[in-house]
Amino acid sequence: MLGRRIQRDRKGGYRLRLPNEERELLRSLPDQLRDVMRTDDPGLRRLFPPAYAENDEAEDEYRRLMRTELLEGKLAALRVVEETADSDHLTQEQLEAWLGAIESLRLYLGTVLDVSEDPTANYLTRDDPDAPAMALYGYLSWLQEQAIEALSGEL
Amino acid sequence: MSQVVEAPIEVRLPELNDDFDHDRPWIVIVWNDPINLMSYVTFVLRKLFGFSKEEATKLMLQVHNDGKAVVSSGEKEKAEFDVARLHAHGLWATLRQD
Repeated sequence: MLGRRIQRDRKGGYRLRLPNEERELLRSLPDQLRDVMRTDDPGLRRLFPPAYAENDEAEDEYRRLMRTELLEGKLAALRVVEETADSDHLTQEQLEAWLGAIESLRLYLGTVLDVSEDPTANYLTRDDPDAPAMALYGYLSWLQEQAIEALSGEL
Repeated sequence: MSQVVEAPIEVRLPELNDDFDHDRPWIVIVWNDPINLMSYVTFVLRKLFGFSKEEATKLMLQVHNDGKAVVSSGEKEKAEFDVARLHAHGLWATLRQD
């Protein structure tokens, strides 16, 4: 059940070993986040943080110049996960997109759930309405750690 | 021990008018947040700035323990470009003139 999901292979690519239910989940999440990204949900604030904390004018200019590019990059990463959720192999570029998509999902979920830096403070009881989202957050964190480990071999 | 070259310790200078002083470098600050994994922050700093694992880990720990760290500095355009790359990777980064 908790076997390694992402592993570097000998040919410069990455082997993906995911149970079907996880593939289904990962295929469905991009569309859900995309729907949120069409709104001004405050849970998105960590995906588009300010560049200038103390200068509104410069910040407006930065947003005007960068917001679309930033959004496009995040959307492109989500598309790659959708398109490759059934693959057994990923290229480095595809796995980097997976890493970015997982990052976007974690930033949104973590913001909405108001997670704590202390993981033990994030345990919820089974009847807590946020428990499924927190479980998903935990799963994505675990998967992201594997993607990081696999890709670190390329640095 | 290898040491990361960082911007000098912040010195609070008197507030100037809106005109930027072109002699002072711009610094890029990465802020601590409860979501990003420590391993992820280290990975992104290595990938974007070419830090060694040790250098990136040191900066990541500075972010984690002190709440922030300066990760790059230079001309305004370069600093803004670095911030945009950090934002593209999900890190919470800002820039300001030192």
